[in-house]
Amino acid sequence: MDFALTEEHRMTQKMVREFAQKEVAPIIKEYDRKQEMAAFVLTRMAELGFLGICFPVEYGGQGMDYITLGLTCEELEAVDTSLRVVMSVHVGLNSMGLLQWGTEQQKQRFLVPQARGEKIACFGLTEPEAGSDVAGIRSTARLQGDEYILNGEKMWISLASKADHALVIARTDLDAGDPHDGLSALMVELDRPGVSRGDIHGKLGVRAGSTGWLSFQDVHVPMDNRIGEPGEGFKIAMACLDNGRYTVAAGATGLIRACLEASVKYAHERNAFGREIGKFQLVQRKIAYMVQSYDASRLLYLRAGWMKNQGVRNTRETSLAKWFATDESFAAAAEAIQIHGGYGYSDEYDVERYLRNAKGATIYEGTSEIHQLIQAGYALGYREGSQLRCELPAYEAEAWQTKPFSPQT
Amino acid sequence: MKSVVCVKQVPDSAAKVIVEDGQATWGDAPLVLNPWDEYAVETALKQQEAHGGDVIVLSMGDESSKEALKHSLAMGCNEAILISDPAMKGSDSLVTSQVLSAAIKKVGDVEMAFFGRQAIDGDVGVTAAQTARFLGWPAFTLVSTISELDPDTKIVRVERSIEEGRQIVEGKMPAVISVVKDIGEPRYPSFMGIRKASRANIPTWTLGDLGIDTPEPAVSWSDLENPPQREITTEIISGDSPEVIADTLADKIMEEKVL
Repeated sequence: MDFALTEEHRMTQKMVREFAQKEVAPIIKEYDRKQEMAAFVLTRMAELGFLGICFPVEYGGQGMDYITLGLTCEELEAVDTSLRVVMSVHVGLNSMGLLQWGTEQQKQRFLVPQARGEKIACFGLTEPEAGSDVAGIRSTARLQGDEYILNGEKMWISLASKADHALVIARTDLDAGDPHDGLSALMVELDRPGVSRGDIHGKLGVRAGSTGWLSFQDVHVPMDNRIGEPGEGFKIAMACLDNGRYTVAAGATGLIRACLEASVKYAHERNAFGREIGKFQLVQRKIAYMVQSYDASRLLYLRAGWMKNQGVRNTRETSLAKWFATDESFAAAAEAIQIHGGYGYSDEYDVERYLRNAKGATIYEGTSEIHQLIQAGYALGYREGSQLRCELPAYEAEAWQTKPFSPQT
Repeated sequence: MKSVVCVKQVPDSAAKVIVEDGQATWGDAPLVLNPWDEYAVETALKQQEAHGGDVIVLSMGDESSKEALKHSLAMGCNEAILISDPAMKGSDSLVTSQVLSAAIKKVGDVEMAFFGRQAIDGDVGVTAAQTARFLGWPAFTLVSTISELDPDTKIVRVERSIEEGRQIVEGKMPAVISVVKDIGEPRYPSFMGIRKASRANIPTWTLGDLGIDTPEPAVSWSDLENPPQREITTEIISGDSPEVIADTLADKIMEEKVL
């Protein structure tokens, strides 16, 4: 067993941290207040290669492993959740789905431009009346000749108004005995006629992120855009969530770290009753719990990342990491505010934003309650990991980094 | 055009430097590429983009200096060389510049050598000029803009950022340039660079490899001491009116012989 990060991992961490600290931290409060995504964020993340971080170089990616993806998410969310959300939807939920389920031709058409950051991708699963209950999806894609005619609405879609492509789960078989089996996955270019979309304002948190809705009215989607087999949509959606949840877990770990660092700093600076407040045991208790949450969350997501690298199915481990880290990040943020006292309650300090941002992640990509059901289901033997038709490819450094460069000898 | 960047590994600027047993120490604070040198690497890479050729990064120091070299490789430098020799312990800028100039000669066919304006640990800021002197090349120090650098005509024209203002200077290549912040924000390492850097096998050159004897330092460091702890007491002066408060304050200042 080896807990050490590689040199590549450490250099990436440092690079991502520098970007987030230098370019985003100084402006984030302003955009959070304005409820707007800073225009440069997607451009810079694309330029720096973040949007293709864990894809083979031959598919336009950077050839790094899944642990690097996790570390990047941790660093990004330590500054603001909106940055990590980009990784979750563009990389985790959409592009990794293409890597796993797409045909070679689909990878060339969609994954390559997405990994290069030339096209932005989002994921359309949730609907106004279907969230945790995926089988309740009402959007339909009716096959007509060699096209699907897509109708329906998707809600709470991150990057809805920014993306070029959406991976949409819709019902293709209205008569399927089990409603899960009637779903299929379609890659939809969002400039097709009949697509409308917009942003949602008034969210509690992730206000500097873009969250919106997609509406499809008789949108013609070629059959070639269907990812996987007809009726495979539910399995594909769940597999995509295995990847999205991983990024959420890693990000929430970064949020806990941000709470811890802010609290430690403030506990040293602030004096009460003649000494710095860090000297008080009740403050120490809060900080100790943050340390515990951070270390445990980190180990859980790194285990999931390691399993992904090995090509081992990790639905249970990823769900556990996501459930634990997101619940803990909300708790850590609440305690960070408590340590900051009145100042923590104002946006003069970052911790109130951390709390607002943390809440969303206990709801999206599987509510904490859904993750409890998953964990109990595995423990009780009601659930077991069946082999998928397409598994997420294991990481292979040599094959993934084939773009020629001349290593120094 | 072949160029060299000379970089130094230094304690992170956030590190707390204290004196222990007459030696400066920064505990286990992380070591980083000297922030000024990042600007030098950026400058060299910009010139490479314009004129082609290789950028070779040199650092003098112990094994830990490989971190700074790897960071430079990750930013895009083509090759890295560490110059390390136990005989150089306690070196000053004169020794450093003699060693660096010998290394630049050994690299061969170098047309430009780039430096950061100073290192944030020693803050001496003369290594670039001293290296130029040993090489017999013109030194353009504190450069904020390179307005012309032409490998064909060998003309170098730069703007220097000096106390009196901006100074435009022209000279001939090969030359040494030390840069200030205005030269342009350093880039982040790229993923391709990171992969390359993490696999790089960085050669180490000793004084023997450079074919020079151990240079004698001109500066010797006597024992270092921590500055004495200052005793600070705070007194709030109160009074019925601003005039009374000001009078009391003035009396106190006179009493303490501050003025």
